[in-house]
Amino acid sequence: MDTPTFHQTTTNSLSMDFINQHIQEIYFVIFCVFIGIEVIANVPAILHTPLMSGANAISGVILVGAIIVMLRVPADDYLNLTLGGIAVFLGTLNISGGFFVTGRMLKMFNPKK
Amino acid sequence: MHAIIEIGYLIATLSFLGGLKFMSSPKNAKTGNAIAAMGMVLAVVLTFIAALTAVVPYTNLVIMCLAIAVGTVIGKRLSDKVEMTGMPQLVSLFNATGGGCAMLLGLVEANQMDVSTAILGNKILLIAGLITGAVALTGSIIAERKLAGKVKDRRTKAVIFSARILLGSMLLLPVLYFIGIIPIGFTAFMYILAAVAMVYGVLFVLPIGGADMPVVISLLNSITGIATAFAGFVYGNKVMIAGGIFVGAAGILLTLLMCKAMNRSLLKVLAGTFKKSTNGAVEEEQEIKEISISETAMSLSFAQKVAIIPGYGLAVAQAQHMCGQLQLLLEKRNTQVDYIIHPVAGRMPGHMNVLLAEANVAYSHLKEMDEGNENMAQYDTVLVIGANDVVNPAAENNPDSPVYGMPIIRAHESKQVIVMKRSMGKGYAGVQNDLFGLDNCSILFGDAKVSLQEILNQLKLI
Repeated sequence: MDTPTFHQTTTNSLSMDFINQHIQEIYFVIFCVFIGIEVIANVPAILHTPLMSGANAISGVILVGAIIVMLRVPADDYLNLTLGGIAVFLGTLNISGGFFVTGRMLKMFNPKK
Repeated sequence: MHAIIEIGYLIATLSFLGGLKFMSSPKNAKTGNAIAAMGMVLAVVLTFIAALTAVVPYTNLVIMCLAIAVGTVIGKRLSDKVEMTGMPQLVSLFNATGGGCAMLLGLVEANQMDVSTAILGNKILLIAGLITGAVALTGSIIAERKLAGKVKDRRTKAVIFSARILLGSMLLLPVLYFIGIIPIGFTAFMYILAAVAMVYGVLFVLPIGGADMPVVISLLNSITGIATAFAGFVYGNKVMIAGGIFVGAAGILLTLLMCKAMNRSLLKVLAGTFKKSTNGAVEEEQEIKEISISETAMSLSFAQKVAIIPGYGLAVAQAQHMCGQLQLLLEKRNTQVDYIIHPVAGRMPGHMNVLLAEANVAYSHLKEMDEGNENMAQYDTVLVIGANDVVNPAAENNPDSPVYGMPIIRAHESKQVIVMKRSMGKGYAGVQNDLFGLDNCSILFGDAKVSLQEILNQLKLI
């Protein structure tokens, strides 16, 4: 992360440094919160169950992290390979189950002609 | 190479957003789901491609591919098999897997981390992700067990007290650790925290009433999202941060919407308290009029406008298909049939709509509560099937009632109300229903599915 040019060298406190270093992420998070709320707020009550289930599937993006962590584990570290393997399995289950079940629910909203 | 992956992650992030956006109309929702799923596949594939540029042990790759294959197959099978009535349980279970993934990820990362050089910020993020993940894991499992009726509410002082102690220690322990008071390794400390957080998850959900479970599931869903975001910070991975935050924000918003629909504050839900009726002991004796199947069929055959108010009881009796048939038959006789749906009918907001959609009830027949209430006086007959608390007039005119203030469907304002019930047992909130004692209300006892079938048979003869 680039240090912003207006960085004040006089404030040496830990918290200010942390904020300066992470200001981009902080912006990013705040925008994500607003966009997320804005997008969800327009969903009608009748679609709340599929929405909850779909959002649940999206939280399975944690799988990306599980894969990253698995790539760093040495091949003979069996404890971490096991834990990481279970993590990958659980993450995949979250994603696949979540999207399939949401799809199944939504399919019912289009009655067969 | 790096740029391509970053752009791919950006596309994945946008697909999540687009997917959620498309969920705002029943017509596009299916496309939205597919878009989000495609984005997810893209994000996972890109992570793999990025990995292959480095040297990765063969064993790790095999384990990962196996785990992904098995996870996909089991996820598909579980979602194909589930009954529509069991949907909320499954959503809760899948949420538990996400939380479990976040927790394990924290543990493995802590094992791998070079503790001497790792910066404090990363450790704190790792701890936050681990704790939120662990709470979501066990909390969601208890919520699922409760919805399935396998675990009862335990609102004892001991449970609530221990839960508070654990919550306090989850906040205090990391502080003590970083000051240097707890002289153990970082990894060992993480295992202890994981254990504490898992126990807390159980104790957190145990005291909360079964009726509040959807709110809790939505909240836990949000917590999993936040755990994902924390992990995203550790790796500086924007698709994880964005995905996690979207879910976190959506979960909190849905939680608040649900609380509003039930007129409960989130704090009261979490405290597990339900306002007790101040004069609970002196419940008035109600005079209840019973109605027979043939009288019901007769009344329906004379009606011009009929409304059906479905509740979870209808879903449990698997009577939604019968309901659909009744509607078709009445329509053939030029009777207008509407379904009026309370926002929290079923087990989750919108759950009832899913159940009725399963029975091929056209979207245009479903009326929301406000619309139904406006035209209530026009309905000749209102059938209340398996719903109880959502039609209780006490919510509007009895300040002593525990359901007071909850928005209701004003069935009592119609010309005639027929309530289908199995017995005089109380509803989810455990409150006497003032509707049953009113002059224009009668009760048809019996299993909703059987009753509906017989009404259908008799209607065909009339």
